Amino acid sequence: MVTTANNLVYERPEGFTDTPTHYCPGCTHGVAHRLVAEVLEEMGVLEKTIGVAPVGCAVFAYNYFDTDFVEAPHGRAPAMATGIKRVLPDRVVFTYQGDGDLASIGMGEITHAAARGENITVIFINNANYGMTGGQMAPTTLPGMKTTSSPNGRDVETQGYPIRMSEMLATLDGAGYVVRRSLHDPKNIRLAKKAIRLAFETQLRGLGFSLVELLSTCPTNWGMTPVESLKFVEDKMVSYFPLGDYKISQGVAQLKV
Amino acid sequence: MTREMWEGNQAIAEAAVRAGLEAYFGYPITPQTEVLEYLSRRMPELGRTFVQAESELGAINMVYGAACAGVRVMSTSSSPGVSLMMEGLSYIAGTEIPAVLVNVMRGGPGLGNIAPSQSDYNQAVHGGGHGDYYPIVLAPASVQEAVDLMALSFDLAEKYRSICMMIMDGSIGQMMEPINMPEMRPVQRKDWDWATNGRMGKRERHVLTSIYLDPYEEEKTNLRLLERLQQVQANEVRYKEYFLDDAEFVVIGFGTAGRVSLSAVRAAREQGIKVGLLRPVTVSPFPHKVVDELVKRIQGFLVVEMNTGQMLEDVRLSVKGRAPVEFYGRPGGVVPFPDEVLAEIKRVASSRLSLEANPRDAWFERMMAMK
Repeated sequence: MVTTANNLVYERPEGFTDTPTHYCPGCTHGVAHRLVAEVLEEMGVLEKTIGVAPVGCAVFAYNYFDTDFVEAPHGRAPAMATGIKRVLPDRVVFTYQGDGDLASIGMGEITHAAARGENITVIFINNANYGMTGGQMAPTTLPGMKTTSSPNGRDVETQGYPIRMSEMLATLDGAGYVVRRSLHDPKNIRLAKKAIRLAFETQLRGLGFSLVELLSTCPTNWGMTPVESLKFVEDKMVSYFPLGDYKISQGVAQLKV
Repeated sequence: MTREMWEGNQAIAEAAVRAGLEAYFGYPITPQTEVLEYLSRRMPELGRTFVQAESELGAINMVYGAACAGVRVMSTSSSPGVSLMMEGLSYIAGTEIPAVLVNVMRGGPGLGNIAPSQSDYNQAVHGGGHGDYYPIVLAPASVQEAVDLMALSFDLAEKYRSICMMIMDGSIGQMMEPINMPEMRPVQRKDWDWATNGRMGKRERHVLTSIYLDPYEEEKTNLRLLERLQQVQANEVRYKEYFLDDAEFVVIGFGTAGRVSLSAVRAAREQGIKVGLLRPVTVSPFPHKVVDELVKRIQGFLVVEMNTGQMLEDVRLSVKGRAPVEFYGRPGGVVPFPDEVLAEIKRVASSRLSLEANPRDAWFERMMAMK
């Protein structure tokens, strides 16, 4: 069938450049990127958006979004975003960070950005391991989960417990909107997109720090097929990292999207 | 213009404000905390940005972000805090954007103490963070000079898309002196053709990053940074000279060590010793050419520092073994008295000086003999 304007059901969002991504087949980074690009496009804010890329698999995020972008040191994206947003308060500033970046080395920066109520939006990809360096244990690695640095499975006695970032950040008064969603099926992807929209709306209205945690896959490092890894998220990750709204401030609760 | 009494730290804070500082990010650490405290009141009063960061890591990365946005931005800290900032400095250097940092140095290594020191010369001048880069480094010797160099720091940082660091020791930071504060300059946000401040319907997107995965691209970047260093070396060397015209001996010292040495040089002149002083104001770029000229007509150098001989190595690099170089240092937060430096000048002027001796080793032996 020839694609025409009448039956066009899928196309590259305006928020994307023409660059094909470097992500592994089956990885949900591509989905997360697309949701962010669609939301920025739908809100008409691409022209005034500045993204902050992390260190991790999404280090090259700046190649894919057709907005201004900077590339932060490992974990420091919320600090860089703070610097940008404070001097350009009318712009839209977001960070895109993985779990090693945000929940380990960048714990100080993310916590204090939330505590200060920085008007930034954080897209937090939780795939339970350090993807870019080849699948090491992350703060979000599940108990018993095998990684290249927990070869016998994460032993909580010696390697500690996973950190539930959304729950933790939700305790901070500066946080306006903190939710966890998942990317393991179409229904959850739609819910994730809605949450991303609400997070950016929170920022646009100056209602404080917003974060959307997205449970994601890492088929390559998990040693699974894409389908198996989606199942792993649904069966194993969602039970440890329950989906839900952890912080919706009064102001955000009144938003209609 | 009336002269006013200002404490060094508060003075550089106000000088930065008057030079058009739009954003400040800092963290408390002695002996620079007064900068943070002063700007916590002053910046909001002017509708400008002030954030007390969660750490020096946070502070320098906020500076990084604001610098990417294209505004005049600065942080200040002291030795241990500046060590934490080295990560961000390296990224800022790799991204080739302007930023200003003041290090009000104290004794180290480690926690050290909070006494005035020049122990971070190497860290400042020779990079400090990872990778090949060359910051511009200024070293004032008085509150007035620190104030005057503040505006220059921003101008140089922007001109060369470089880090400009001012290293001053805790005594300049916390001493009060009568100064002339410069006039308030208006904030002028420039529309840099590199800034990530949003496309705003005017242009293609800007990306600022320090990543060059292709080694050949990184090599090009390294060479570009080196080329910039050479331009800085050619155009921006600044120094103060005292009694050099007929000098037979020359003391070289920066910052407070240079200032103390000036008193000693004056005293030595009164005693008939033909000694002068070279005080580098830019320690990076170092005034190599000036030293090179002096080598041809003097009998010896005495390098005075508040460390164990860090700038000494740069002096020796200029001298290239063609003239004797002697050293006197007080590390650890000890500030030398003019009498001590005078005694050293007399020693140098009256001894048979060697071209071969290692000046630091010889100084170390003298220090140990005194203990």
